[in-house]
Amino acid sequence: MTETRPAGAIPRPDPSAAATGASRLGRRARSLLLSDYFVLWLSLAYFLALLPFLPTLGTPANLANLLSNMWPLLVVAIGQTFVLTIAGIDLSQGSVAGLTSVVGAMLLATAAPAQVLSNAPIWGVVLTEAGGPLAGVAWGTALGVAAMVALAALIGLANGAAVAVLRMPAFMVTLVTMIAVGAFAIWLTQSNNIRELPEDFVALGKGTLVSVYFGERAEPQIPRRQLHDFVTWPMLIALGVAVLAHVALNRTVFGRWVFAVGVNRTAAEISGVPVRRVIVAVFVISAVCAAIGSVLYTARLETGRPTLGGGNFLLDVIGATVIGGTSLFGGKAKILWTFFGVLFFVLLSNTLNLMNLSAFHIDMVKGGVILAAALLDVARTRMSRGAAP
Amino acid sequence: MTALLAFEELTKAWFGVPAVADLTLAVPEGATLGLIGENGAGKSTLMNVVGGVTPPTSGRMLWRGAPYAPRSAAEATARGVAFIHQELNLFANLSIAENLFVDGFPTRFGLIDRAATAERTRAMCARVGLDLDPATPVGELSPGERQLVEIAKALHREADLIIFDEPTTSLTPRETARLFEVIARLKAEGRTLIYISHILGDVARLSDRIAVLRDGRLVDEGAAAAFDVGRMIRSMIGRDLAGMYPPRSRPPGEAVVFEARGLDQPGVLADVGFSIRAGEILGLFGLMGSGRSELARAIFGLDPLADGTMTLAGRPLAGGPGARIAAGLAFVTENRREEGLLLESPVAENLSLVVARGFGRGPFGVIDAEAHAVATERAKTELGVRAGAIAVQPVKALSGGNQQKVVIGKWLMRQPKLFLLDEPTRGVDVGAKFEIYALADRMAAAGDAVLFISSELEELIGMCDRILVMSRGEIAGEFAESPFRREAILAAAFRETVA
Repeated sequence: MTETRPAGAIPRPDPSAAATGASRLGRRARSLLLSDYFVLWLSLAYFLALLPFLPTLGTPANLANLLSNMWPLLVVAIGQTFVLTIAGIDLSQGSVAGLTSVVGAMLLATAAPAQVLSNAPIWGVVLTEAGGPLAGVAWGTALGVAAMVALAALIGLANGAAVAVLRMPAFMVTLVTMIAVGAFAIWLTQSNNIRELPEDFVALGKGTLVSVYFGERAEPQIPRRQLHDFVTWPMLIALGVAVLAHVALNRTVFGRWVFAVGVNRTAAEISGVPVRRVIVAVFVISAVCAAIGSVLYTARLETGRPTLGGGNFLLDVIGATVIGGTSLFGGKAKILWTFFGVLFFVLLSNTLNLMNLSAFHIDMVKGGVILAAALLDVARTRMSRGAAP
Repeated sequence: MTALLAFEELTKAWFGVPAVADLTLAVPEGATLGLIGENGAGKSTLMNVVGGVTPPTSGRMLWRGAPYAPRSAAEATARGVAFIHQELNLFANLSIAENLFVDGFPTRFGLIDRAATAERTRAMCARVGLDLDPATPVGELSPGERQLVEIAKALHREADLIIFDEPTTSLTPRETARLFEVIARLKAEGRTLIYISHILGDVARLSDRIAVLRDGRLVDEGAAAAFDVGRMIRSMIGRDLAGMYPPRSRPPGEAVVFEARGLDQPGVLADVGFSIRAGEILGLFGLMGSGRSELARAIFGLDPLADGTMTLAGRPLAGGPGARIAAGLAFVTENRREEGLLLESPVAENLSLVVARGFGRGPFGVIDAEAHAVATERAKTELGVRAGAIAVQPVKALSGGNQQKVVIGKWLMRQPKLFLLDEPTRGVDVGAKFEIYALADRMAAAGDAVLFISSELEELIGMCDRILVMSRGEIAGEFAESPFRREAILAAAFRETVA
């Protein structure tokens, strides 16, 4: 029995395609969720929702504070974004920030109190009562910053080599680095801070180029506290790093290789991508970003602090990056996302502080928000899969 | 004859595009239905509907005359549907017994009864002709043995309908023969089977009835006896395929492009030497484990060699894949998804991956986006890749044949001198196979050398100028005469097993 059916009958309209009001709303929600700007809209909505309850939230002083909190975190998170793109993770960023903070400060300090630091192994070797070796030297600050960055690059190189050549898991390698480098930083000063940093260095973290004033014009002398920082050195540095990172990740051959390694390392290798060099470079970038972040933090605090990257540092960095939408599984990242993620995270911390919550409560809420972001990422991934069957 | 499973005007659409359209078809109880169609014809979607993975958009299914609408895979399993996939659903780290009883061990006093488990496992394995220790981890079994374990699992659940989806792709000829014996036994037991495969000869041999899908529609259906391979192909692609293979455009040249001497890798390759001329397609035939893929990997510098020399265009080959690509090598591996593609990345980025450096401008290698778009679009057109906006569409959204064209295309953009094609047509439908053969011919016509590795002797006979046979890591024979002697080639490949 043979039966042949004619092919090419008219396709019937698919009933699910009928555009009802509800499905149009659903499609809007979908495109909003999948948009690059989703976290920005989320931040704005959150800001506006809380504004009536927290009147201080919108004051110029608070906004200036919010922005100033954002820049160092942004720089460090950008470094983390690169590592996450190749499906790695860098847990050592906090320790690198702490060590470079100490090293920069011990080189640059203009004076140091013996009663605090005389027990430290660096006392008398690098640091004395007259400060560090670069105190008063021409271009001293530049040299100090260069030393911080170079030291970080070396640590990144070690991380990268262990991951790329020895094929060790990034989590293990950077965990070990985190512990060892963190302990080394604390040992250097015996857990003490180094103060008395030169002014031009401090300017890197606090220097203002444009301030804004919202008071009477007639006032003869404006009190300092009514002037609000607007354009600052850390802002310029962080945005500069962000623009460079964006170009590197999205517009260069190197960026293409980074994504290729993140999506499928084996296929990248067979296609001639220099996989090992890419991995090493990515870890160097991550550590250097940690060092630049450390410059901004150290200068802002006017203190070289070995525990700079302790506590919640890592939570903030990875949390902000992941909230932005960068995937922990690699191959999915944008600097713009990280920017918005950092903005949201800083806004979140700021509002929780304004609510007078204890540090414990703040961490509980932050943890919850990261969990929500992870869930959202799962939903977004599923949606984007559905969109392209 | 009652139908075990019947589809009535079944439609399944994804975002308004029907993958299965208005399908009405009955699977008679106790019969074997061969289901064929090109990739993307709707076979997998239809089977997902049967298996409860996805609900139909409209229409319905009947199971022994009663409405059947599974809401989950578990519900379909409970009803008596079992799937034997190409990618098996077994736990490699667990033993055969644990795999079979994972959803309910025989117990004694609330504890697992190990003796009873082992005994029942042995009995179940015997039904599918497996004689193995029930405690053997599944990870240690060959692909064929795993498949039999999967079938034993289906029998254990007393499945009424067993669906085979491309079961033979990773099996050796002997394992395939054993599988077919088991299938014959299942048929004798009166079980209903659906057999899906690209190997049309197998479908014709095993099936009682054959149904052909094209673009989601049933285009041909009837008793298997009324089908020959020609009719199957005509129905699948909607036209006559004059030949399975394109004619070769140019005879091979004289100049030797690639030469290998004394390649040695203990336990894998033994004293392998051969050469390929410009414009020549050299076939490399061998069974699984004969060393054919390992040879390709060694030539490409992925695996180290203990001994031997290779020259490409007169220069010695050395270094890792990067250096060898620069020297003019290209490698289409047998695992397209794992080693060939960035599945999540757009088609365009896959096409330009090998030549990415060439689009970099200035000291920082900023990509010339326009040149990139033009070049990848041109490659897409030349290759005949059926894709939409290649700058955004991820390559995983393409059918197998189009994915393979992308893999070949990324190498073509580099204009290599020697192509290593390892199973380039695996898991690819008839129409796309032809296009891939045409690409191989185009490479040869352009004066490049092609090493065409395959376990399908027919395609080597159809496309190659010369065929090498590998067995146990050695070159077991070389066949240059045309027409090729099929029996002699097979005898060389089976050397160890026959002797």
